Amino acid sequence: MDFFSVLYFRFKKVWKAIRLYLVIAGPGLVVMIADNDAGGITTYAATGAKYGYHLIWFLLLLIPVAYYVQEMTVRLGAVTKRGHAEAIFESFGAFWGWFSLIDLMFVDWLTLVTEFVGMTAALSIFGIPAWVTVVLVVLLMSIIVLNGRYWTWEKIALGFCLLNLIYIPAAFMVNPSVSSIIGQGLIPNFPGGFNNELFFLLMANIGTTIAPWMLFFQQSSVVDKGLLEKDIKMGKLDTLIGSIITVAVAIFIVIVTGTLLNGAPIDDAATAARMLMKTNHYIGAFMAIGLFDAGLLGAICISLASSWAFGEIFGWAHSLNTKVKEAPWFYISFFITLATAGVVPLIPGAPLVLITLFVQVVAVTLLPAALVFLILLLNDKKTMGEYANTRLQNTVSVIIVVLIIVLSTLYGVSALFPNLFQ
Amino acid sequence: MRTIKQFFSKIREINERYAKPKVEMSRAVSFALAALRIYLFVLVLLMIYKFITVIKIF
Repeated sequence: MDFFSVLYFRFKKVWKAIRLYLVIAGPGLVVMIADNDAGGITTYAATGAKYGYHLIWFLLLLIPVAYYVQEMTVRLGAVTKRGHAEAIFESFGAFWGWFSLIDLMFVDWLTLVTEFVGMTAALSIFGIPAWVTVVLVVLLMSIIVLNGRYWTWEKIALGFCLLNLIYIPAAFMVNPSVSSIIGQGLIPNFPGGFNNELFFLLMANIGTTIAPWMLFFQQSSVVDKGLLEKDIKMGKLDTLIGSIITVAVAIFIVIVTGTLLNGAPIDDAATAARMLMKTNHYIGAFMAIGLFDAGLLGAICISLASSWAFGEIFGWAHSLNTKVKEAPWFYISFFITLATAGVVPLIPGAPLVLITLFVQVVAVTLLPAALVFLILLLNDKKTMGEYANTRLQNTVSVIIVVLIIVLSTLYGVSALFPNLFQ
Repeated sequence: MRTIKQFFSKIREINERYAKPKVEMSRAVSFALAALRIYLFVLVLLMIYKFITVIKIF
């Protein structure tokens, strides 16, 4: 065979793999990029403003953490063809099932409120009243979900994921010093020593990377998409690419705020966007658009995670491939969750700070439980067969899970008792 | 009224359907679930304590 024939066949092989990936890609990318929700953007903006580029190395460490946890849901979903809530009910009984479901509903709803807070704050920068934002978002999300096809929903969600990359051009526009990024950011260090403030921010970064709803969402999404055992390899690749993109976006946000707002007190991403607008109008606008998009993506996924979980347990039709007539309760629960959460930021004097605190604490109660169940389910050889965790996978995932449990517990306890570790 | 009745009968049905855990209760699984119960119990106690102290402030 001549050189060009070999080249042609190699190209065909690679192109076939890319086309296969494009068919299967979705759940991993969407869940990972949606992980950079409104709360996540705030955390990264605050990280950059407070510590400049110094914690970029820590964010890089979160790539394997996010990947190892989430890829387990791909295997579980593809093999069992069941969502995470149903898998917990079936494997561990009604007590743990109800605990997980009720906790998920509660934390999802509270997180959804924080997404609406982020979205309304982002669009208020452009002079759009909060009620207009809420109405538009509820309408837009209902239209996206009501189209009656998982495929269409996923492609629209991927479009919003693309918009999440807006922080990349923003980072290039601030002309950061590449040598400073490499010198300060890639060498592990704790700027100013390891103190409570730094510890709290590190834990917040972990908390935004792994959230309970992500486990439920990705597994249900894999099932709704109809991925099979043969698709696991591509599903894992999808998750890996997603986890790299999510951390890359986080790093670009850190670069933006680390360059322009270094040392400025940042309580939320909307404040960062307003401050950036004074320096460079376009970068500030990018920050605000990115915040709105992050909140929207988070809201799309979180509200669906709840509706899927409810549908699985109550035996309702619960697929985006069904029409409203075929799965009324699935769509009603989706709409109720969305609308009630959207109303909260519009209530004058609503305890939004208390809600944010509650999100942290309640998420802490679900996260260890969800992670422990995940590992136990992946070790059930009777169900998982050859896709059960190997010894190496168990070692890595147990180390990650134990670390996450310890740190998230400390985070939750410190959120409850802020003076405890001082 | 009928809807509420239906809802509760559905919950009973779910409880019956998932009454028996299907996972093999090996020593590791039992230990993990017991540890989880203790962990959640302590966390709930902490939350109740916090709730009471916040109420007292108001």
